[in-house]
Amino acid sequence: MNETITGAEALMRGLVAEGVDRVFGYPGGFIIPVYDQLYHYADKITHVLTRHEQGAIHAAQGYARASHRPGVVIVTSGPGATNLITGLSDAMMDSTPLVVITGQAPSSMLGTDAFQETDVIGITQPITKWSCQVRDADNVAPVLARAFHIATTGRPGPVVIDLTKDAQTGLTDFAYEKCRFIRSYSPVPDINRAHVKRVADMINASRRPMILAGQGVTISGAEDELRQLAEKAQIPVAFTLLGLSGLPTGHPLNKGLLGMHGNLGPNINTNQADLIIAVGMRFDDRVTGDVDSYARQAQIVHIDIDESEFNKNIRVNAMIHGDAAAVLRELLPLVNDATHQEWVDSFDRHYEVEKERIINQAAYPTDPDQPMRMGEMARKVSEQAGPCPILVTDVGQNQLLSARYFRYSAPRSIITSGGLGTMGFGLPAAIGAKMGAPERTVCLFCGDGGIQMTIQELGTIMQYGTAVKIIILNNNFLGNVRQWQDLFFDKRFSQTPMLNPDFVAIAHAYNITAENVEYRRDADAAIRRMMEHDGPYLLNVNIREEDMVMPMTPAGDNVDHIMLNPGEWYTNE
Amino acid sequence: MTDTSTNTLYTIVIYSEHHVGLLNQLSIIFTRRCLNIESISASLSSRPDVHKITITCRSNSEMMDKVIKQIEKRIDVIKAFLYTDDDLVYQEVALYKVSTDKLMAERNHEDIIRRHGARILQLTPEYTVLEKTGHSHETLSLFEELKPYGIKQFTRSGRVAITKSPVEHVDLFLRSREAQRENI
Repeated sequence: MNETITGAEALMRGLVAEGVDRVFGYPGGFIIPVYDQLYHYADKITHVLTRHEQGAIHAAQGYARASHRPGVVIVTSGPGATNLITGLSDAMMDSTPLVVITGQAPSSMLGTDAFQETDVIGITQPITKWSCQVRDADNVAPVLARAFHIATTGRPGPVVIDLTKDAQTGLTDFAYEKCRFIRSYSPVPDINRAHVKRVADMINASRRPMILAGQGVTISGAEDELRQLAEKAQIPVAFTLLGLSGLPTGHPLNKGLLGMHGNLGPNINTNQADLIIAVGMRFDDRVTGDVDSYARQAQIVHIDIDESEFNKNIRVNAMIHGDAAAVLRELLPLVNDATHQEWVDSFDRHYEVEKERIINQAAYPTDPDQPMRMGEMARKVSEQAGPCPILVTDVGQNQLLSARYFRYSAPRSIITSGGLGTMGFGLPAAIGAKMGAPERTVCLFCGDGGIQMTIQELGTIMQYGTAVKIIILNNNFLGNVRQWQDLFFDKRFSQTPMLNPDFVAIAHAYNITAENVEYRRDADAAIRRMMEHDGPYLLNVNIREEDMVMPMTPAGDNVDHIMLNPGEWYTNE
Repeated sequence: MTDTSTNTLYTIVIYSEHHVGLLNQLSIIFTRRCLNIESISASLSSRPDVHKITITCRSNSEMMDKVIKQIEKRIDVIKAFLYTDDDLVYQEVALYKVSTDKLMAERNHEDIIRRHGARILQLTPEYTVLEKTGHSHETLSLFEELKPYGIKQFTRSGRVAITKSPVEHVDLFLRSREAQRENI
């Protein structure tokens, strides 16, 4: 029998029915009825009070990506909702499942410029997978069910439910039915067998095949299938930034990172391969460089669940529309055992050059009396972080260098803002990631610039004791912009030097243990203390300001036109 | 080479749920790619529970293919199709308001109206409203001919279109979706 309850309580029961036990949010005027119900449902749903709505949504993103569950955000109308815009856009670009609930003025006042009224649907439609206003308590349950279905299926993404005050307080006969079908939305396409056969034939005929794996592999949980396919036909695999943990670091066929700051082998060999098999990636411009000269010797196969990605940036020769794991499972029996020894070895030749010219200096310097380098710090932290640590990054040099030098041993080990490149993402995302995977060590790498964009979330860490290991790579500069200014703007460092506060003192004010790392000789012991400490910890690491992320393919250049050092280009002899 | 000229007129026919905000979801797809919508019309379709929106736009096939996929990606869109004029039977309606005195002073005014297949919708001592159904160049041709009599107002509807194909793709799609619903 149905029960008559308020829309706000219907929301709580719906969340419980969807298996939600944690939400991130911030209260305000037009969402108080929902918060009143959260008070009653505190035994079933833990609410994480961040210090800013942007913190709430980035935390939900980190939670979703670490746990493979949708992140839920609850905020009020007006400024509460507009403070989510960056996170919504970020989640849309990086395919992160979020169900976001915003309060709204009473339906009778919509369109009147009421206090804290804003056109949330109008603002969020371009940057969400779906958004819907609920003006009636009867619609709370069905819309919530649709929202979870849409957010989590197909290519995941953020959805917004804009909940008017009267929909929260109105009464409804509650019954909850999970949504499993929307006639206008087909999230799981039937895989076209003929397309699979054609791609298998292409793989079997190829002599220099290469797999480009993206976050689609992670979202689909296709790591095993990817490894099996790669091993069966001895196909080297390179990764996008978001896909990096698709194979463990050190797997002989894991050839590293693609794109602007990727490894030499994958980028050079993109233009040497005769077949490119792209799985769950979208040929971002940071991966392809100049599209007209991209993969010039290769046939290109694209496997993706989002049909609109086909031929969007790169014209392809074959495509398979479907979920990555399902497609790879169908492909596997049709692909012949093969060896491409010379081809696989060609990556190692490039790696040796990269090791000697770049990696040794970036990650293995030795002078004990010098400041640390960013890549070196990432390597050292990664080595001491225990089994299966998660890397969370902010955006900039800290992101690219920690992504390059962190070691990945398990799926879902990198959480970073790839598509949108959101500075300020890191700290709240790390909080959410730790809450989503409490058994794993979460290491946050951020710059002195990015952490200050959401530094108020140290308060959230203080309140919940979230054991995030925070590493500030501090060069008192907005380093990535500085690098571009150095290389392309004649060293005019416009607005990139930064006067910073005492981060250790700030951490202490939030009751977070912290220390400075001035020189290389201090680093190992400090990292050990951080890892042994049971709780959150902050290292403020002094970094050489002139550090650059290398190698580098300048924006819009050919993917194999690679800078090793300023003014020095890699020649593929 | 792919066609990158922007001179082909395409007709996009979208079948969707009839939800608030749907048109905004569609128009922002055009905005983001800097595409002008030439005309738009929205109505019921042959099925009362399916809304039909017809948009015309000048572009090239490569861009239009991407736009169609972005449109279909919207959750509340059931299906979207791309056509050129050859695929369609289509019409537009134009209304013309002219001064009755000036029009009647023309000896051949009945001939003009007949020749263009137009008709008089309303006749008052002050003004006459003419209606003409046809393709853009036809409604424009009458416009040119009426110009000397002083056109007080002119309006033309968006294109309405029906496909020549013997197959009703939306019906087939919805039937297959209903079958899938049964299997869940």
